[in-house]
Amino acid sequence: MKSMNRRKFMQSLFLLTAIAALPKLAFARAVPAFSSSTVDDVLKQLLGDMPIEVSDKIVFKIPEIAENGAVVPVSVSTKIEGVDRIYLLVDNNPNPLSAVFEISGRTLPDISTRVKVGESSMARAVVRANGRAYMTSKEVKVTIGGCGG
Amino acid sequence: MAKVKIRGKVREGVASIKSLMPHPMETGSRRDAQGNMIPAHYIETVICECNGEQVIRAQWGPSVSKDPYFAFKVSGAASGDVIKITWVDNKGETSSGELTLK
Amino acid sequence: MVLSLLFASGFVQAGADEDRAAFREFYEQRFPNVELKQHINGAYALDAGRRAQWIEMEEFPPYEFTIDDGDSLYHEPFRNGSDYSSCFAGGGAVKQWYPQFVAGEIVTLEVAINQCREKNDEPALAYDGVEMAQLMTYMAYVSRDKVIDVSVPGEAVTAYERGKQFYYSRRGQLNFSCSQCHMQIVGMSLRSETLSASLGHVTHWPTYRFKWQEVGVLHRRFAECNEQVGSEALAFQHPAYRELEYFLTVMSNGLPINGPASRK
Repeated sequence: MKSMNRRKFMQSLFLLTAIAALPKLAFARAVPAFSSSTVDDVLKQLLGDMPIEVSDKIVFKIPEIAENGAVVPVSVSTKIEGVDRIYLLVDNNPNPLSAVFEISGRTLPDISTRVKVGESSMARAVVRANGRAYMTSKEVKVTIGGCGG
Repeated sequence: MAKVKIRGKVREGVASIKSLMPHPMETGSRRDAQGNMIPAHYIETVICECNGEQVIRAQWGPSVSKDPYFAFKVSGAASGDVIKITWVDNKGETSSGELTLK
Repeated sequence: MVLSLLFASGFVQAGADEDRAAFREFYEQRFPNVELKQHINGAYALDAGRRAQWIEMEEFPPYEFTIDDGDSLYHEPFRNGSDYSSCFAGGGAVKQWYPQFVAGEIVTLEVAINQCREKNDEPALAYDGVEMAQLMTYMAYVSRDKVIDVSVPGEAVTAYERGKQFYYSRRGQLNFSCSQCHMQIVGMSLRSETLSASLGHVTHWPTYRFKWQEVGVLHRRFAECNEQVGSEALAFQHPAYRELEYFLTVMSNGLPINGPASRK
């Protein structure tokens, strides 16, 4: 299954190159990190040995108690300068890495999306800027629905 | 599948873009009513362009929610600029949407 | 206070207007800090945390695609060249006037849609089908902000009373009535759910339930709710559900349509 996914991914990357003239910048391949099943592994794949500093300069919005784990609104923004990557992780998901955002010079480090949170978990927003990494985390509780669900 | 929906506003050179893309975002670990595994089918890459210049690229795993919502902000934008959002999924399928900023 | 006890326990033989006044008074007393109209947002009127998430969803709600689908369906001409505008005025902005009591039966908007199709030699849509949900979503959307105005003429009183009786009757293995959850213990938690008021219940349908990951019509929720108390789920547009919808809509007279909506 894993090698099939990797092959399919390579195929779509080729397609991607064909349809969008990508600048020849060496964006780090986040792909392998999506298959990692632990937070440590994900962070190692994404950032190597780069130390990760816990930061209060990242505004990470995610509900404390998710209404429905299938659709949890999340947003990350920061005043840290020189951001080129924002990573979203949900620790207890089978594969903690949820999304990677590659920020260009023109894009503000300010993104919003909706993610699945399979069970109550720590969620993390990691920001890479000027060769350094910063992180903040929040706990998200997911409850079993009442009325039989 | 329906196209990517995009909404956007420009204020003081910053375009605030919101998008909604129809997609099942199947993780590959669900079963259907007959008990068969539903294969993974999810958007892997999203490319956002402003007047043809890539401004943000996202790489997603299947834990992004169904019919993904994606909002971002681009500086140096002006009325008349064209925002284009394109996605490619793990099956190689693709779709896009465009918005001309007012 | 006495009135609300009577309400909770059984049947008050009063006219529809008096029923509605008492219904409203009940929720006003129970939630003195919530403006009655806010109950159209259900549990979001009662819980700040949920409300915040709902507001985020409203930034770009998931039912938008369904509105577009319904828009296409609504404007597609019938084979005879006519279309829904021959049956519904204002581009479809009519939801606030349904259900109606016509020719001895309760006609909900879904039934009216199929009557329109029949009149134009088109096959009926399944009440539990996707197309009906899409059409209803579009029509709710164009009816937004219109104030609900449903009357109970003399010949409709029996049907109205049956709907009211359904609402207050216990059913199922859990032996719950609608009124027990949505009046007696309204606002409280049933496991992790916050029970919403029946006032304003019908205004926001069809609804995109995250649980369903799609838009569903009101009767889908009736059926689901019945199942959840261990009672028989009836078919969509079963007379009992139409009567219940009729009763609930009359109780919500004066409130604005705010469908389609997203909910947990």
